[in-house]
Amino acid sequence: MTTTLRQIWLIARRSIIRTFRQPGVFIPPLTFPLMLMAVNSNGLRAATHLPGFPTHSFLAFFLPFSFMQGALFASGIAGTDFARDIDTGFLNRLALTPVRDSALLLGQIGGALGIGAVQAVLYLTVGLVAGVHIDTGVPGAILILVLALLIAVGFGTLGLWIALRTGSGEGVQSQFPLLFFVLFISSMNLPRNLIEVGWFRDLATINPTSYLIEALRSLVIEGWNGEALGLGFGFTFALIAGSMWLASRQLKVRMART
Amino acid sequence: MRSRIDVALALAYRQTTVLLKNPSLFLPPMLFPLMNFLAFAGGLSRLRHVQGFDFQGGYTAFTFVFVLLQSAAFGGVFAGFGIARDFERGFAKRLLVSAPQRSGIILGYALASLMRWAMIAIVLTVVALASGMQIGGSGVDLFGLYALAIIFNQVGLLWACGVAMRFQSVQAGPLMQTPVFLLLFLAPVYVPLDLLQGWIHSVARFNPLTFLLEAGRGFIEGRPTQVAAAFAVSAILLAVFAVWAKTGLARAERAG
Repeated sequence: MTTTLRQIWLIARRSIIRTFRQPGVFIPPLTFPLMLMAVNSNGLRAATHLPGFPTHSFLAFFLPFSFMQGALFASGIAGTDFARDIDTGFLNRLALTPVRDSALLLGQIGGALGIGAVQAVLYLTVGLVAGVHIDTGVPGAILILVLALLIAVGFGTLGLWIALRTGSGEGVQSQFPLLFFVLFISSMNLPRNLIEVGWFRDLATINPTSYLIEALRSLVIEGWNGEALGLGFGFTFALIAGSMWLASRQLKVRMART
Repeated sequence: MRSRIDVALALAYRQTTVLLKNPSLFLPPMLFPLMNFLAFAGGLSRLRHVQGFDFQGGYTAFTFVFVLLQSAAFGGVFAGFGIARDFERGFAKRLLVSAPQRSGIILGYALASLMRWAMIAIVLTVVALASGMQIGGSGVDLFGLYALAIIFNQVGLLWACGVAMRFQSVQAGPLMQTPVFLLLFLAPVYVPLDLLQGWIHSVARFNPLTFLLEAGRGFIEGRPTQVAAAFAVSAILLAVFAVWAKTGLARAERAG
């Protein structure tokens, strides 16, 4: 057990250091969601005049989307870095050592987790400075950070699976629009009950991403909503478990190939 | 003159062939506008019920004009990535040595950008029509809309071309994209200008893209508005960024 933990730590430390040594890698995921938050929270402010809109502040409504967007960037970072390890032969050399598969996967998402933590704190701080009031107070803010980190881990692991499947950074990047599409077809811009177009509302309802956003959003604008939190955490754990299962299966296939 | 056109046509042919042979280069610029169109037209259509939303052509058409212009601009920017890649791989330097008329190089990249965007525009228009977009404008109005988009595509390309020729690296990608992204989203994207509030209203009023958007929406609605202003702004942008690209080419020539 101690050996596995040490292996996870060594790989995670490498992953974190590598991520933060590349400003071109970690700056866009920090700034781009903030830029979009500034623009959209003003551009879409008129939506708060719709009957039934749950808050008067579109910034408060939109803030959770930044965490989701940050998690998607984390997925890209984890996937691209892992793909580079595959491409440069690092994974093959690692396969000759006694490192465990689980340690390898858990360690590799260290970079995504590191950037996810910085993102979550930054977005929340910017939101609070811009006047967002968190309905659930300090405990809610802490829970937002926890859920945002878990979501980053879930998407980061998904990125590892894609890297293992495609084996190239370009392959990981080409999947990015697909992940963004999943995020866009959700309740990110309007609550589901206010979405007018039937097919879009149906897709948003069956899209688990909607529930992740709604869990984060409930903590900001609704107060303690057990159902939203249950669904949000449930889908997040399902995402982590499913992605981890897929990634470990794919890792075995790739190791067998080498 | 003849050799300039020869260079331009040969380069445009080469760029288009490279693009069609690499789905990873072709698909993302195609998918992003479609994704945005579906997300905006499907997810935000309730906004047309906000008091003061005076666009008569339906929310799908309202969104379509923005996404069409966005795809045009990013079509140009993505073509700029190709120029940067050509410099990184040494192709552009060989081109500078071998081209009898170097200004044909910019023309060639511009033609390739136009062809790349034309494919995206066709798919986007078909999807919009299939999803029930109403068109109130006549054929002449639509010609005006697509003419604005073509000019905007060339503006995007000339901007990205100038950056690519100065930096000669794909790492300058964010510099090509970010200003275009900001220009696009600091315009009345989701609701008409009058419904924007606060600082974004002040910024959008002076954003050149606002003129293009309002004119484009007027064309599709069949109530042309701000046409002269939109074409004048487009012509100024085109002239300014043509100089930017030309000086970029001169700098690349000097760099050798």
